[in-house]
Amino acid sequence: MSVIKTEGLTHVYSMGTPFQKIAVEDVNLEINEGEFIGLIGHTGSGKSTLIQHLNGLLEPTEGRIYIDGEDMWADKSKIRDFRFKVGLVFQYPEYQLFEETVYKDIAFGPKNMGLDEKEIEKRVFESAIAVGLAPELIEKSPFELSGGQKRRVAIAGVLAMEPRVLILDEPTAGLDPYGREVILNLIKKYHEEKNKTIIWVSHSMEDIARFAEKVLVMNESKVFSFGTVEEVFRNNKEIENIGLSIPQITKICRSLSEKGFDIDSGIFNVEAARDSILKLLKKKEG
Amino acid sequence: MANNIIDAKKLSFAYIDEDGKNIDVFKNLSISIKEGELVAVLGHNGSGKSTLAKHFNAILIPNEGDCIVAGYNTKDEDSVYDIRQNVGMVFQNPDNQIVATVVEEDVAFALENMGVPSAEIRQRVDEALEAVRMEKYKLHAPHRLSGGQKQRIAIAGIIAMRPKCIILDEPTAMLDPRGRKEVMETIKMLREKYHITIVIITHYMDEAAQCDRVVVIDKGKILYNATPKEVFSHVEEIKKVGLDVPQATELAYELRKAGVKIRSDIITEEECVEELAKLLS
Repeated sequence: MSVIKTEGLTHVYSMGTPFQKIAVEDVNLEINEGEFIGLIGHTGSGKSTLIQHLNGLLEPTEGRIYIDGEDMWADKSKIRDFRFKVGLVFQYPEYQLFEETVYKDIAFGPKNMGLDEKEIEKRVFESAIAVGLAPELIEKSPFELSGGQKRRVAIAGVLAMEPRVLILDEPTAGLDPYGREVILNLIKKYHEEKNKTIIWVSHSMEDIARFAEKVLVMNESKVFSFGTVEEVFRNNKEIENIGLSIPQITKICRSLSEKGFDIDSGIFNVEAARDSILKLLKKKEG
Repeated sequence: MANNIIDAKKLSFAYIDEDGKNIDVFKNLSISIKEGELVAVLGHNGSGKSTLAKHFNAILIPNEGDCIVAGYNTKDEDSVYDIRQNVGMVFQNPDNQIVATVVEEDVAFALENMGVPSAEIRQRVDEALEAVRMEKYKLHAPHRLSGGQKQRIAIAGIIAMRPKCIILDEPTAMLDPRGRKEVMETIKMLREKYHITIVIITHYMDEAAQCDRVVVIDKGKILYNATPKEVFSHVEEIKKVGLDVPQATELAYELRKAGVKIRSDIITEEECVEELAKLLS
């Protein structure tokens, strides 16, 4: 059974006013347990509005959302439970830290879930380890930490709720290449170890190609395509047509393929490109 | 030979941490930027690149050494205004740099402070907005613009001061790909049309590849200072200091490792395709 399912999900902002604007339109998605999905689309494509529906921050103006088969908005008084099931890490989450210590900040979510002290402690330490925070930082004020460390504390705070689905909105924004690599590897490891569903918003096709299993492309409030990385990248021309940038390596392989060389135009990583070219060279010599 | 607009000579800078210890950001660092150059500065977080950039318009003053900017020594307090009119700075977060509620008023802010006559302010603001192709938005509210548009407004505010040089500290870090492209195109156009010297600090290797020169800073030292082709050919060393190379460069590097004879100075996809096509046909 799918962990998230949407049916005709539509959201209109400021309905009935001159500012009325359709932000997401007729989105029908099925996301299965344990999938690692990269969500891409440019500013204004509706991706942020979409993810805010998946953890119940926004109520659809039309359509339905099912989490584990349960209709999210069937009983409004239960919406809190869904927010614990689907954890959302906002963009620049380090600005949301507010507690006196790292411990208290990470414990905030689990505490609100009504867990007992022992369980809270266990979860705080587990999630601190999961994001690679050194134990000596736990009792520090979050405001003494570096930007990268603060961001990890904020992510740990969501992990500590042990959500079934983890949604991250551009978790690497503003980081240097090394910082990006560290955060993405942490997420990948978390996904592999816990087999939790991940939805990860990114502007980088290169990163999505390397880490995600499936890609969801949003364009003009609608789902433009949704499939495995291979499937979506094979239509890289269409993706470029809607103004998204595709990896440089894909463009190189595509140009070669257009020049008549026998190479897959949907290649999205350097290793695969290297292997294909080596094979072609061998064929030529042989 | 063109004159140097920035001449940093044996700069040392240290800050004092919470425990009262002196932490060196860099020691004995020398670098110069020529008039009309487009230079990228790369380095991971904490490498000292932003600290260096802040020396270029006298936000920071070196503990030792001299930083000569447009002919003025940044140590000379009386020159600070002249330096800042000659060298403008654009920061990472567009929202932190906008002060007015109307685009054209924001662009005029520095000019008003400089005491420029109002007729001239009008003219310079219009010109600056035209230069960043935002003239249509002059009466709009800045907070309703996209990130890329906001950065272009911030750049217009600097251009209106008619500086010789603009320093941009990760101007595209918070932008989406479309906004990044807009800002990079604006920067390149400013250099070509107005001959403004540009120093851009960035984490994006594709942006660095478009510059005349790339300076790589690691642990407060200049590791490389050469053309993008030369710098990116050191694939392993670049990766070791936490940076990356363009994928075209990496592909060529991987192929060379596998014994293929291919040039080591490939940085753009066009070059890469051309070289590979030659090899394969």
